[in-house]
Amino acid sequence: MINIRDKGAEIWETWNRPKRVAFVLISIFFAGLLPFAADWGPTSFLNTPITSFQNVLVYPVGMFILMALGLNIVVGKSGLLDLGYVAFFAIGAYSQAILSTKFGWSTWEVLPVGIVIAMFSGMLLGLPALRLRGDYLAIITLGFGEIVRIIALNSKGTGGPNGVAGIPNPPAVFGFKFDLMHPEHYFWLVLGMILLVVWMIRRFTVRRPGRAWEAIRQDEDVAALMGVNTLVYKLWSFVIGAAVGGAAGVLYASKVMVISPDMFKFDVSVLILACVVFGGIGNIWGVILGAGILAYLPDRIRFISDARQVIFGLVLIIMMNLRPDGLLPRKKREKITEKSKK
Amino acid sequence: MNFSVVTSQFWALCLQGVALGLIYSLISLGYTMVYGVLRLINFANSEVFMVGTFSILFIQVSVLGHAVNVDPIHGIQLLGALLLSLVGAMLVCALLAMLVELVAYRRLRAHGTNRLASLISAIGTSIFLSESFRIFTHSRPQTSPRLLEKWTFGEIAGANFRIDTVMAIVASIAIFFALDQFVNRSRLGAAIRAVSMSEENSRLMGINLNRVVTLTFAIGGLTTGAAAFFYTTIYENTQFNVGFNLGIAAFTAAVLGGIGNLRGAFYGGLALGLLEQFASAILGSQWKAVTVFLVLVLVLLIKPSGIFGEAVQQTRT
Repeated sequence: MINIRDKGAEIWETWNRPKRVAFVLISIFFAGLLPFAADWGPTSFLNTPITSFQNVLVYPVGMFILMALGLNIVVGKSGLLDLGYVAFFAIGAYSQAILSTKFGWSTWEVLPVGIVIAMFSGMLLGLPALRLRGDYLAIITLGFGEIVRIIALNSKGTGGPNGVAGIPNPPAVFGFKFDLMHPEHYFWLVLGMILLVVWMIRRFTVRRPGRAWEAIRQDEDVAALMGVNTLVYKLWSFVIGAAVGGAAGVLYASKVMVISPDMFKFDVSVLILACVVFGGIGNIWGVILGAGILAYLPDRIRFISDARQVIFGLVLIIMMNLRPDGLLPRKKREKITEKSKK
Repeated sequence: MNFSVVTSQFWALCLQGVALGLIYSLISLGYTMVYGVLRLINFANSEVFMVGTFSILFIQVSVLGHAVNVDPIHGIQLLGALLLSLVGAMLVCALLAMLVELVAYRRLRAHGTNRLASLISAIGTSIFLSESFRIFTHSRPQTSPRLLEKWTFGEIAGANFRIDTVMAIVASIAIFFALDQFVNRSRLGAAIRAVSMSEENSRLMGINLNRVVTLTFAIGGLTTGAAAFFYTTIYENTQFNVGFNLGIAAFTAAVLGGIGNLRGAFYGGLALGLLEQFASAILGSQWKAVTVFLVLVLVLLIKPSGIFGEAVQQTRT
C-alpha cells in the first residue's frame, strides 16, 4: 500500500528553507480559516446537526487532537500503553474549576498551575507504575483514571456527582473575547496550543529524549544496556504527556463552564487512544488526522442518533483490519519489529 | 470507617466475597487464557459476559416462557431450566468469543502487526456489542425471572448459606478443576501450553495455531458464560453496561494472580472478591474500586509478576 507519509516526507526533503517556511505558514493560515469552512457553499456539508460546526471544531475536534498528540508521546513515541489518560484531562479541568470558582483565578493564571499539577500527578503515578512492563502498566493507568474520577465523584471539594458550575470563561486577550459568541477565538487558541505541542514533539524527536524514547520502544533491555536511563526517560514522556492533557483540561473547563465527573469516564481514554492508533501511531500527522476524523464523525452522524456509536465501533473494527498501521503510518525506518509483539 | 462490621459480619462477608470472587475468576479466564496464548488483552470479553447474561434472560423468558414475576418452580422442571440456561449461556458465549476472534483478531494476527491495532479492533467490537444491546433494551435494566426459590441451608456464624451462593461456589470450583485437568492432562491442553511457551516452535511441531487460538477463545467464552449464569441467578438483573465493571474487576483479578496463569486467575479472583467485600463494608461501597486498585499497585510493586507468578517465559512482554 502506498505510504502517503513517506511520500510527503520525500517531497519535504527536497524543499529548501524558504519553501518549507512558506508551506508551513500557508498551512497554518488555512487551518486558521477552518471555523469559517462550513459557511462556504461547497463545503457546507461539514455542518453538524445540533451543535454548530465552530463549536464542534473546538470540542471535541481540537481538544481531541491536542490530547491525542499528548498521548502519542506516551504510547507512540516511547511505547507505553496508557489506558487512563483521561485522568490528566480531569485533573486539569478540576484545577481550573476549583481555582477559578473558589479563589477567583483567571484561566491564564490557572493554566501553568494546572499543567504543573497534572505533571506532578503524572510523576506520582509514573514513579511506581513505570517500573512495570506492558500490560501491567495498562491496568494501573486504567485504575488511576478510575480513581481520579471516583475521588471527584465522592469528595465535597469537587462538588460530588453534580460537579462544578459557573466556571468563568478566559478573560479577553488583545481584544479577542472568549465567550459563547466567539467559538472561533477558542479554536485559534486550541490551534496555537496544537502547533506548540507539534513543535515541541518535533524538537524532542530529533534530540536526545526522542532518540531515547525510540530506543526504549524498540527494545527496553538493549536501551538500558546502551546506557539510556530508561526509567527517567519513560517518566519524562509520561510527565510531558500529562502536561498536554492537563492543559487541554484547563481550557476545556473554561470553555464549557460546567464540569462533572461523568465527563471523565474510561470511554474518553479509550477514544483518545483510538484516535492515536486509528491515525497512525507514532506519527504526528497521522494522529492529527485520526483524531480529527474520530472526534468529528460522531457529531456529523448524530442524525442517526442511536446507532452512531454502533457505527463508530464498526468503523474501528473495519479500519484496523484494513489498515492496521493506521491511516498515515510512521516512517518505515521506525517500523522495525517491536519486541513487544512477541 | 466502620470496623465493627468486620467483627460482626466476618463470615457473612467471607461467603459473599468467595461467591463474587469465583464469578470474577470465571470471567478472568476469558482474559488469562487468551493472554497466555496471544499476549493480547481480550478487551471484548466483558461484552461476551454481558451477552451471556442476556442470553439467559432470552432462554428463560422467550424459550421456556417464564414471566419475569413467575413463581419459583421446583423439581425436575427447575433442574432442566437451570441446566438449559447454564449450557445455553456457555454455548452462546463460546460462539461469540470465537466470532470475536475471527472478526477482531484473526486478520490482524496474520499481518503480524502491532498489538495496539488488535486492542483497538477489540475495543471496537466491545463498543459495537454494548451499544447494540443498549439500543435493543432502550438503556433499561432488565430483570430476570426468579426460577430458583432462594432457600437457605442454614446459618453458620452469621453467614447465610443460600442455595444460589452455594451453587455458584460449588459449580465454579468444579469448572476450575475440570479446566485445570484439561489444560494439564489432555493433548489439546498440551497444545495450548506449547503455544503459550513459543508460538513459532509449536508451529514447527505441527500444532495448528488457528485451532488452538480458537479453542482458547472458546474456553474463555465457556467459563464467562458460566459466570454470566451464576451472576444472573444471584443478582437477578442485567443491563447493557454490566460487562464494564465486572470486566475490569476480572481483568484486575487476572493480573493480581499473574496473567496467563490459570490457577492464578482462580486465586486472584478469590482475593479480589474478598477484598471488595471487606473494603466496601469498611469504607463504603463507593471507595471499593479505589481500594482494589491501590492493593493492585502495591502487589505489583512488591511482586511484579502477580501474587502467584506467571510462568517464567511470560513475565517478559
